[in-house]
Amino acid sequence: MSAATTTTPPPVLGGFTAAAFEAALASSAGAPAWWLERKRAAYERFASLPMPRRNEEPWRFSHLAGLSLDFAPATAPAGPAPTPAELPKFSPVASLEFSGNRLVRSQPLPPDLVRQGVVVTTLGEAARLHPQLLKAHFMAQPQKLGSEKFAALHTAFVEDGAFIYVPRGVALDQPIVVSHASTGGPVFPHTLVVAEENSRATVIDLFTSALPAGAEASPQFACGANDLYVGHGSDLTYVAVQDWSPTTLSFQLNSTVVRRDARVQSLNLHFGARQARHESLSQLQAPGAFSEMLALTVARATQEFDQRTLQLHQAPNTKSDLLYKNVLQDSARTIFSGLIIVDPDAQKTDAYQSNRNLVLSDSAEANSLPGLEIQANDVRCTHGATTSRIDPEQEFYLRSRGLRREEAQELLIFGFFEEALNRLKSEEIHATLRQLLESHLQK
Amino acid sequence: MTTDTLTPSSPPADNPVSGIDQSSGNFSYDVKYEFDAGSGLSERTVDYISAAKKEAAWIKEFRLKALQTFYAKPMPTHWATAELNEINFDKIRYYLASGQKPKRTWEEVPEDIKRTFERLGIPEQERKFLAGVEAQFDSEAAYSNIKEAVSKQGVIFVNSTEALREHPEIFRKWFGKVIPTGDNKFSALNSAVFSGGSFIYVPPGVKVSHPLQAYFRINAENFGQFERTLIIADEGSEVTYMEGCTAPKFSTSTLHSAVVELVALKGAKIQYITVQNWASNVFNLVTKRGLAHEEAEIKWIDCNIGSRLTMKYPGVVLKGRKARGEVISIALANDGQHQDTGAKMIHAADETTSNIVAKSISVGQGRSTYRGLVHIPRHLKGCKNNTECDALLINSNSRTDTYPAITVRGDANRVQHEASVSKVSEEQIFYMRQRGLTEGQAMSLSVNGFINDLARQFPMEYSVELKRLIDLEMEGSVG
Repeated sequence: MSAATTTTPPPVLGGFTAAAFEAALASSAGAPAWWLERKRAAYERFASLPMPRRNEEPWRFSHLAGLSLDFAPATAPAGPAPTPAELPKFSPVASLEFSGNRLVRSQPLPPDLVRQGVVVTTLGEAARLHPQLLKAHFMAQPQKLGSEKFAALHTAFVEDGAFIYVPRGVALDQPIVVSHASTGGPVFPHTLVVAEENSRATVIDLFTSALPAGAEASPQFACGANDLYVGHGSDLTYVAVQDWSPTTLSFQLNSTVVRRDARVQSLNLHFGARQARHESLSQLQAPGAFSEMLALTVARATQEFDQRTLQLHQAPNTKSDLLYKNVLQDSARTIFSGLIIVDPDAQKTDAYQSNRNLVLSDSAEANSLPGLEIQANDVRCTHGATTSRIDPEQEFYLRSRGLRREEAQELLIFGFFEEALNRLKSEEIHATLRQLLESHLQK
Repeated sequence: MTTDTLTPSSPPADNPVSGIDQSSGNFSYDVKYEFDAGSGLSERTVDYISAAKKEAAWIKEFRLKALQTFYAKPMPTHWATAELNEINFDKIRYYLASGQKPKRTWEEVPEDIKRTFERLGIPEQERKFLAGVEAQFDSEAAYSNIKEAVSKQGVIFVNSTEALREHPEIFRKWFGKVIPTGDNKFSALNSAVFSGGSFIYVPPGVKVSHPLQAYFRINAENFGQFERTLIIADEGSEVTYMEGCTAPKFSTSTLHSAVVELVALKGAKIQYITVQNWASNVFNLVTKRGLAHEEAEIKWIDCNIGSRLTMKYPGVVLKGRKARGEVISIALANDGQHQDTGAKMIHAADETTSNIVAKSISVGQGRSTYRGLVHIPRHLKGCKNNTECDALLINSNSRTDTYPAITVRGDANRVQHEASVSKVSEEQIFYMRQRGLTEGQAMSLSVNGFINDLARQFPMEYSVELKRLIDLEMEGSVG
């Protein structure tokens, strides 16, 4: 927590002072004027907003003392960039690798897709070449889940990120992979996806730390966001793997807009960070829209995973299906706070929300706040939340078949995650993520 | 007990519940008050109440302290509805009493009050049935007759003033302990100005043969009712308490803010039943909590119909091993009404179990909200909670919300929560209409079916009353 207390009005800036902001702006001098203008406005907003306070419902159960802004924004990277940790293997159709907010490597799109108009590039490039799209979609959706201050901070300090555009009618079979590595200073990863009418794509976001030697124990800060826009009749799969270093304070603010007859499936895997706040807003804006929101978390040591979701049904005949599963070990904490809002004219809404917590340790703590706000009567809305340990009967059954206790438990934990993984259509992604889960559970 | 008279006033032809006098409970009535603390709240108000009741010094001190807590606490609008800000505390009269001592026999009840009962539609025969009823007329218990059998069992059943004066050795120990003054702004308000309510002590091993009942009414414009109830069930005893409310409709807002504390000592059982039907201008902000010791059981059966805004979350603190808590809640919100109800279960010992079943019905522009808290802190083993909330939306502009909060620590407990929102099945309505029922009748039947499994847990006369109340509320909701 910064020096100013949360009850006094002076701005809480931490290391993100006006001088630091001007220095950051200077480094993106080549950017268009409107982009810089937005950043200035965002900085002012960041500076004017208070830190989250006790008694604020969007922060209920959150460990507020763990929030901090005392991080110095990175200046020019010193020396060679540390080699990023080995990334999970996918076979991408194109990829972008960011390290310390800058693009360090990329695999360009095959020429035929470029000809069809697909764009996979950086935000910096997009600001020059596709300003209209960027203006329309970059951080354009409301922040409804509590992190307005951090969203403004992200906009003010974001240096670069991924810009992905899939034109009308184009279908990509292989995923586009974006990776963001933290290298010691604060990072502001961003991924923006615009899937136009009747298109299809898969985007994978990877968040890892590649800290220079000696920096492993120092506090890290990540403040990321994404914007997914899924146009009429299109189909987007979004997978994110968060594996920041265990000293990281992380914010990830995700926004999804789903248009008529479009479908989006997002799956977030959470492994890393000291304290990770994840906000996910799905806006179902036109009839036939469907959003599937999945998340799997392996919480260990003293980690806190704070996940807030909002399924916003703004049009009739829309559907959303949320499944968040947490495995808690050691003294870990998880918070799931989900809300389904059905607007007054969103009749025939079909919304589901489920939070399942598997607690494996006596000192772990799971908090669930599954909420509904329904203003239309012809709807099907249900939610459920359960918290329990491994079912002793299931464990007994497996042991009676000759499995050791550890084996039986491992199998049951996988079974717990498999329910969400099975919803992925791609065999390859499924297999890679399963391996990833395996390695994190065995750590 | 039933409050509806079967007067032969001619009801509208399409009335599916014809024969029920719907104007009952819809009147005000001139009463001369011997004591009147006037409008507004200050230390002088508290002094006045305390003096009128000839209270011991410690109670007055308790009240004055609570008043400061009330002033200091902000309105809980960071989570609750902003409608709370419409309560004008300066316009409320905090204490009115006609001054009569609690009565023991029907003959001693003043004629005025008898007329009130008459107007409420309690038939002549039922007055005998009411022999076990303590009826609260405004602030003071106007009528109190404990059944001989009950007092023979050693049960103390008196109002708050009498209890604290005559039996402080029993009641002082738990008074304000289950719900501390500072629990919330309205429990602080109640602690400052409380009057009336029931204090009950059940000696060890006694199973009270009759349900104890109290009847509450509000009967003056701008007059808040701040009753205070404390029930202590000693080891191995059992008691059922029932309260039911109907209130006249007033032109300006009225505040009802009660505090109900239950203490179930080892192995005791308390069942607390409420059927509440306040007028649609009443703010009903009630704090109810029970403390269950080892192997004790506390069950709240709570039915909320009427009022402008009800905020009520009956809770059980499961303090002893194998204690059990249960909340059965039915809420019906009609036009202009907001039922913000729910339950709290605090597990504080091993092997404690709790169950919450909440059903709400929103009619017209009514809004019903479920707010729940389930808390299982560290190092407990074998705790279980089950929560089910179902909401039924009748009209296209009806509204419902669900806001549960569940915290579980450790790997030896099990919690499950489920909620659903639905509307009345069109096929059901079609089937019933085909059998000759009007749409309104079919709707009433369907809604009664929705809560039937809960209504059956009410004592028979209450479930009959409940059914009639729902019929009345459903009227005009279709078409």
